[in-house]
Amino acid sequence: MADLLTVNKSPFEKNSLELAIKYSQPGSAILLIEDGVYGAMKGTVAEAMVKGAMGDKKMYALKSDLKARAIKDDRVIDGVEVVDYAGFVDLVEANDKVQAWL
Amino acid sequence: MSDIKKFMYLNRRAPYGTIYAWESLEVVLIGAAFDQEVSLMFMDDGVFQLVKGSDTSESDMKNFMPTYRTLGDYGVRHLYVDKASLEARGLTADDLIEVAWEDFETEEEVDNIVEAVDADQVVQLMAESEVVFSF
Amino acid sequence: MPIEVDGKTLETDEEGYLANINEWVPGVANVMAAEDELELTDEHWDIINFLREYYEEYQIAPAVRVLTKAVGKKLGKDKGNSKYLYGLFPYGPGKQACRYAGLPKPTGCV
Repeated sequence: MADLLTVNKSPFEKNSLELAIKYSQPGSAILLIEDGVYGAMKGTVAEAMVKGAMGDKKMYALKSDLKARAIKDDRVIDGVEVVDYAGFVDLVEANDKVQAWL
Repeated sequence: MSDIKKFMYLNRRAPYGTIYAWESLEVVLIGAAFDQEVSLMFMDDGVFQLVKGSDTSESDMKNFMPTYRTLGDYGVRHLYVDKASLEARGLTADDLIEVAWEDFETEEEVDNIVEAVDADQVVQLMAESEVVFSF
Repeated sequence: MPIEVDGKTLETDEEGYLANINEWVPGVANVMAAEDELELTDEHWDIINFLREYYEEYQIAPAVRVLTKAVGKKLGKDKGNSKYLYGLFPYGPGKQACRYAGLPKPTGCV
């Protein structure tokens, strides 16, 4: 029993990512899309929160949105898995439901 | 022209996720026809607008990053970037694009008008501006 | 109204600008100029090519003021003035030349 949570807002502007982490069960998958992918960047004030969440949750970030925002692979936090659109679909299939944190 | 005013465009939103960054850029380009003293300030997620290396080929979005580099031709004299906002996002001035400026009449040139500024300078620059447009 | 270029039909918007910039071929400029009863010379092509390079680099069509200055820098001061450019493109160097070059209407042009 696990859910996929999508986050599409920057963690520096809204608390969507924080809430997605806080109000989700262990084993949940969190997929960062659109401006949400800024949460996958190394060296930011949000990094500790994301790393903390990876203890019992899996973090993903959408490749095309990372590329558009000039976030190269080497700037993505270790342990955050980069997925393409097909990977997005796989995550939807693999989880019970999808909940969007806007 | 005696009524030249100091305009500042304040940009606090990330590019692409919302329309603000592109709208701001368009207003700056259109406003350039009015011969004002124009500067841009990038704060908060707005600093992401100037990060180099954007690739929108897989996103079906127009990559307007290159357009910032022509702002010097449109009479923009300064692109200020808030240092604290950069630091909070793990970025440094090296991550940002460079924008050249040139006065075609006097041939005066500046290689890069992008400048990181600290909080005191931000206060000063905003106070000096006669009009501030927020995006 | 669509235009016929090299046997292909290309879509344009209501003001005659090419709908898809990627469909541009030099023939587009020739066909559009012929409709305006204008014969393109090397001087016209200098400006058209300049605009395409500018768009390639900056992703926008330059405002007339910027075009004038930039042309002056690139092609010489005698060409970087509105008299010269309007002489070549009587409907306006921004609007007309950008249309021939397959670019969108310059930002800020109404």
